[in-house]
Parts: sequence; C-alpha cells; structure tokens
Amino acid sequence: MKKYSFYLLLAPGFIFLFVFAILPLIMVISGSFTTEEGITISRYIDFFKDGYYTTILLRTMKLSLIATIVAAVFGFPTAYYISKTNINKRGLYIAFAVFPMLTSPVVRSFSWMVILGKYGIVNNLLTKIGIIKEPLSLLYNEFSIVIGFVYLFMPLMILSLVGVLENIDKDLVAAAESLGATRFKAFMKVVFPLSIPGLIVGSVLVFTGSLTAYTTPQLLGGTKSRVLATVMYQNAMTLFDWDTAAVVATVMIVVTIVISGLINSFARRLDSRR
Amino acid sequence: MHKTSKGLKIFAFLVYFFLLAPLVIIVFASFGPDKSLTFPPRGFSLKWMANIFKVEMFRKTFLISIKISVIGTLIALVLGIPAAYALSRYNFRGKSFFNGIFLSPALIPGIVLGFSLLKYLVIYFKLPIYTSLLIGHVIIIIPYIIRVISSSLSNFDYSIEEASMSLGANKVKTFFTVVLPNIRSGVIAAFILAFINSFNNVPVSLFLTGPGLSTLPIQMLIYVEYNFDPTIAALSVILMAMTAVLMFIIEKTLGLSYFAK
Repeated sequence: MKKYSFYLLLAPGFIFLFVFAILPLIMVISGSFTTEEGITISRYIDFFKDGYYTTILLRTMKLSLIATIVAAVFGFPTAYYISKTNINKRGLYIAFAVFPMLTSPVVRSFSWMVILGKYGIVNNLLTKIGIIKEPLSLLYNEFSIVIGFVYLFMPLMILSLVGVLENIDKDLVAAAESLGATRFKAFMKVVFPLSIPGLIVGSVLVFTGSLTAYTTPQLLGGTKSRVLATVMYQNAMTLFDWDTAAVVATVMIVVTIVISGLINSFARRLDSRR
Repeated sequence: MHKTSKGLKIFAFLVYFFLLAPLVIIVFASFGPDKSLTFPPRGFSLKWMANIFKVEMFRKTFLISIKISVIGTLIALVLGIPAAYALSRYNFRGKSFFNGIFLSPALIPGIVLGFSLLKYLVIYFKLPIYTSLLIGHVIIIIPYIIRVISSSLSNFDYSIEEASMSLGANKVKTFFTVVLPNIRSGVIAAFILAFINSFNNVPVSLFLTGPGLSTLPIQMLIYVEYNFDPTIAALSVILMAMTAVLMFIIEKTLGLSYFAK
C-alpha cells in the first residue's frame, strides 16, 4: 500500500483535470461526430464544402505561418545578440521581453489600435508630413492581425532562443574559427544547428498561439478578417450554432497537433542532415 | 567593437523598440486631456485615471478578477504541489502519462477549453457560472504550478528529507517542515505567475461570463470595441504597474532567467 502512496498525491489533481478538462474536451470532439441517428462526418463535409469556412481556415493558417516566420527572422538575430551580451545586460533584455508577455493581451492589442487606427499615430504622422491626404485603413485587415500576432508572440520566440543560444559552448565557435572557418561559416555550421531545438520550441509556440488566439484578431481584425477562434466564438455565442462551433474547435485542435508535428519532424530531418 | 556585431546591436534595439514602444505610447496617451486618444498628448490630465474609478463595471470586475485569480491559484496550489512532488520525487509506471495530463491544459487552446466548459459544466451539468469560471481558471493555472514547483524541486536535495525521517518525523510532517520551507520561493513564484496568467486570461473567461458576472479583461475587451477614449489606456497603465511589481517578486524568487530556458 505504502508503495503506491504517490498515486494518492497525484489523484486529486488528476481527477480534477480529467473530469473538468479532458472529459468535456472529449465530449465536444466526439459530439461533433454524432447525431441522433448515429456516427456521422456530415458536419465536417459541410464545413469543408463551405467556402466561407475554408477561407477562414486557410486564412488562419496563413496568418499564423507568416507570424511564425516573421517572429523567427526578427527574433533569431535579436536572441543571438542577447546571448552574446554580458550577464547583467542579458538579464535586462530578458526582463524587457518578459514584461510585455505578462501584460494583458487586451492592453497589447489595444496599443496597436492606437497606433494603426484611422486617426492613429501612423496616419497622423503621414498626414502631417503630407505623404497622404486621407487616412489609410491600416486596421481591421490581415496585415494588422499579423502585426498583432508578431507583437504578441515575439517575446516567446526570443526567450526560447536565448535559452538555447546562451548554452552553446563559446569554445566551439572559437575552435571552428581557429580551424579556418569564417565568422559566417562558423555561425552556420556550429551555432545555427545547435540552436534548432530553441527555434522549434519558439516556432511551435508562436504558431499554435497565433492559430488559437482570440483577443488580437477580434480587436485588430474586425468582421472582414475572421479567423478560426473568432468565428468559433461567433458560432457559439452569437448564432448559437453549437454544432459548427464544435467542428471548428476540433479542426483547430487537429491543425495545431498536425502542424506542431510537422515542424518537429522537419527540424529532426534538419538535425539528421548535420 | 566588431562591425557585424554593431549591426546586430542596432537590429536588436529596433526589435526591442517594436516590443516596448506601443506600451510607452499607451502610458503617455493615458495622461492626455482629449476625449479621444491622441499621441503625443496635447497636455497633461489625470481625468482619465480618475474616470477608471467612476466606471462601476471596471471596479466591480477588477475585484471579481482578483478574487477568481487568488482563489483559483490557491486551489491549483493545493492540487498541484502534491502532484509536482510525486512527479519529481518518484519513478513509477505511467509517470510521463501523468506528467502529460498535468501539463495538457497548456496545450488545449483556451478558446476550445472555454467552449467545452460552457457546454458541459454550465449547460449540461448545470453548475453555477461562477463555479465554472473558477474551475476554468484552476485548469489553466495548474501547468504553471507544476512547471515552477517541479523546477524548484529539481534543486532540492532529497537526502535532507531522509535525514528528517530517520530522526523520527513522518512523511507528512517532513513534507511540511522540511520540503515545503525549502521550496518556499518556488511556491511564491508559482503563485505570482499563476495569478498573473489567470488575471489576464481572455479565452476561457470569455465563455464563462455573462450578465452580472464578468472579469476585467472581458470588460475591457467589450469597452474598447465601442469606445476610443483614454480610459482603457489609463487602466492599462495601472495593470502594467501591477505587472511590474509582480515581475519584481518573480525576479526575487524564481529569477527571470527562468523564462529563457
């Protein structure tokens, strides 16, 4: 009996999560496949036949992918720079990345409404200089959603990469350079391959975060550029179409798992080529 | 300094400008006197700061948010600490399965979780909406507790525990007098981190609020969709100040380097 006492320590939390999180989730997913007559995939056929929903699915995937790539392209050099600074400065950079991450997503999305709005900072500036006469519509489109995603998840990318980059042995780079590799080649052959685990973690976090984010596309995307999360909320709470909402929820989970798996296997292939 | 690293430095500065400028703009704009948000502000006024306290809904939902997050975090600690202890102390069959279950709420999209809780807890099992909201927050908090506590337990020397037990203390007493005091800073950090993530949560709360019961982020979300005055900016400043204080506590307990791992 005493041998199994650790199961007793796990039990309360396990039962709580199983009953309140896992079970409802399983019921939503299985519910999307059943009607009174039995098991069916008709709702999924309707979903994928409906241009409205396929457009939204593809848009969500496209915007999340762009956000991930942009975050990686801008995050990597930044993280690399941070990993090379001394420990005090590094702490400061980490703190300034953590701060926005712990700030409310409503506040963070709102700040871009202030910047990109019709009478926002960018439009005001451009009108004052005289480049434009009429305010540009920078808000409520796919562009503003991507900006919002990148802004929201850039800290995650930077922090995942800093964690990996700062653990790379500096002597390895020095060794490569002393053996004749150029700075760039040493970076590509030593630093970059070793940083791939951080890049994967960061990319998965940015992609899945963007794919399922609600606040940012709701505030910055408006009604014309809906994404999976906003359309799911609309289905459930405005149209009371719970069946479609369950289908969207399931699609969201499946896409999240499949794409995370793809990123992982792609990275593993990169890894084995080394 | 090397030429390439100078370019890199400017690049990093620009990325950080992108990360921080929007928040700085919010701070400045919140002190503007105008009815609509402008930057740079045309003057200085505390009018909008004062307005936060005049809007009844903000005051009310702020208190609800604090309450939900504090109670939710306490429940999650009670459920999470023993689990984190078992997961890092023992090796047993199904350990990775249990680990996966305890971290799974971090992988389930918040909006899907919120929807499934509404559908099954509120509508199917007819639980009160307040209870459901609290349960939802406990669920999303648990992974943070497990991660932070496990990370501080990984530095704990279990031979101290054995010493205590060989001196006659039983398992439970040892846990409360030896193990828990040793991971105290981890518990504080877990509390703060869980609190802040619960406090800021939108997607789960979104489905579990309604007339009479709302959280601050949901109320702010509704407000900014229809209003564009500096009240939200002023409220944001207060929330940022709160975040800064909580971050300071995390730095003193867990260390912010925890986030770069």
